[in-house]
Amino acid sequence: MSKIVFERTKALTDNEFSYCAGCTHGIIHRLVAEVLEELNLIDQAIGISPVGCAVTNYNNFNCDMVQAAHGRGPAVATGIKRVIPNRIVFTYQGDGDLASIGTAEIVHAAHRGEKITVIFVNNAIYGMTGGQMAPTTLIGQKTSTSPFGRTIEQSGMPIRMSELLATIPGAAYIERVSVHNPAHVRKAKQAVKRAFQTQFDQKGFSLIEFISTCPVNWGMTPNKALKWAEENMIPYYPLGVFRDDTKEVKG
Amino acid sequence: MAKLMMKGNEAMALAALKGGCKAFFGYPITPQSELPEYLSRYMKEYGGVFLQAESEIAAINMVYGASAAGVRVMTSSSSPGIALKQEGISYMAGSELPGVIINVMRGGPGLGGIQPSQSDYKQVTRGGGNGDYYCLAFAPESLQETVDIIKEAFDLSDLYRNPVMIAVDGLIGQMMEPVDVDKEIKKHKISEKDWATDGTMGQRERRIVNSLYLNTPELEEHCIKLHTKYQKMKENEQRYEIVHGDDAEIMIVAYGTMARICRSAIEILREQGILVGLIRPISIWPYPEIAFDQLSPTVKGLLTCELSMGQMIDDVKIANKGRLPISFFGRSGGMIPETEEIVEAVMKMRGGLVK
Repeated sequence: MSKIVFERTKALTDNEFSYCAGCTHGIIHRLVAEVLEELNLIDQAIGISPVGCAVTNYNNFNCDMVQAAHGRGPAVATGIKRVIPNRIVFTYQGDGDLASIGTAEIVHAAHRGEKITVIFVNNAIYGMTGGQMAPTTLIGQKTSTSPFGRTIEQSGMPIRMSELLATIPGAAYIERVSVHNPAHVRKAKQAVKRAFQTQFDQKGFSLIEFISTCPVNWGMTPNKALKWAEENMIPYYPLGVFRDDTKEVKG
Repeated sequence: MAKLMMKGNEAMALAALKGGCKAFFGYPITPQSELPEYLSRYMKEYGGVFLQAESEIAAINMVYGASAAGVRVMTSSSSPGIALKQEGISYMAGSELPGVIINVMRGGPGLGGIQPSQSDYKQVTRGGGNGDYYCLAFAPESLQETVDIIKEAFDLSDLYRNPVMIAVDGLIGQMMEPVDVDKEIKKHKISEKDWATDGTMGQRERRIVNSLYLNTPELEEHCIKLHTKYQKMKENEQRYEIVHGDDAEIMIVAYGTMARICRSAIEILREQGILVGLIRPISIWPYPEIAFDQLSPTVKGLLTCELSMGQMIDDVKIANKGRLPISFFGRSGGMIPETEEIVEAVMKMRGGLVK
């Protein structure tokens, strides 16, 4: 007699992920979904899909979903949250979406202290469009639009969004995590939980930045990509909590 | 109810509240800023949400979000700001989301000026956003008409699940006129928003608001569905006024403030025995083509008058179907013509027709 030891979380649909083999989007989706289920938030959740590799993830999260224009997720989330404040609203955004075209929207959503949760996936490249340079591409990293490697002279230093957003008073919880090994996956899930709890408790804006990979556009095997992320990305994008105002006692 | 003496922008804001608007997202720009100013003060009394966004781009995307959540929502701006909102408007049309957008038009292109203009006609009626879509668009001439149309616009927007644009020139935003904001308007039967993404609350299947169709046949099917809706708007929403349609030799075609100046010119000309009339489009999309199909046989020519270098004239040509000669008179850049200039333009055209 066999017994069930593991099940797909109810917060994910049966739809197949559209991601390439070895990409960590799948893990991140599952973490977000498991947290929604564990905090009993699926029924009141509204997710915002980005433009980029996760563009069709409205097919994956088993709650109401709204697809947003490139970078505008935090504005769309603001519109929803302001008119139905007792719901849980989250955006899911890549580095092109959040750290390039959508910088105004993310900065001002944080600045207003919008009670939304942002899942920010940073893999240092534009995956969907075929491997172009992102604002988070590392110095020296070769992409299809930085074929000789990114230089400071041409493009400046890679942008660190968590550090930038952590300077904003409206941001209540900002943490950067990684999913390059099982220990970090577990830690990342706790961070996602903290972020959604922050929103549920009406504490303010929350964002979790994931260090992610793109084996296909980095030109690496999945294992090598995980190792590369650990050895190259984490030194420049250190993991940790950058802002936590959730424990502050008001009054 | 008694009439109130109100400034255009404020009357439009109050009309929105009377029309059931429960959320406003906008960004300041001249000459429409009194509209968000008014709502920032009074929206709360009506149980709604007011938020000044960081940009027009953010504002329209907040409108997109609030609309997706099933709430009556609007934004307002002026020409360059509307240009920035086009991306979001295209997404709203593609996702079939309602919403009212007020454009208090000023002169362009570029930063242009801040004086009244109708030079956004093509932007409004052809869309500045990408894809196969249209906004239902109205261009009223008085504050009363503007107020009535704004109130109805929320219904129409819900009815068709499509953005509705109200395009008035800056003069209408800035002038004062008596208005009855509680005047009864046409009511439409609106069905429940069984598409809104406001959280399942465990009561229903999940919903998706989306304009992405990566599968080509599916996108075509979606475009055909939208097109069918636009055809329905063309059948039902062509609105116009005809003045002196029975005996006119020349029909002026003008809307908004320009139509009001033309009315004065028509009076002067009629006193001189010159038979001039007016076709005044109230809906500019759909364009009231039917008005041109039932003109009196006395009409010998059409004179299009605009506060632009000539944009609506293309629609006049389409609606005219090659039947009558068409002339044009326009002032641009925020310049507003004297009545005499219209009189002269009519006389000039008349001279040409006699030959």
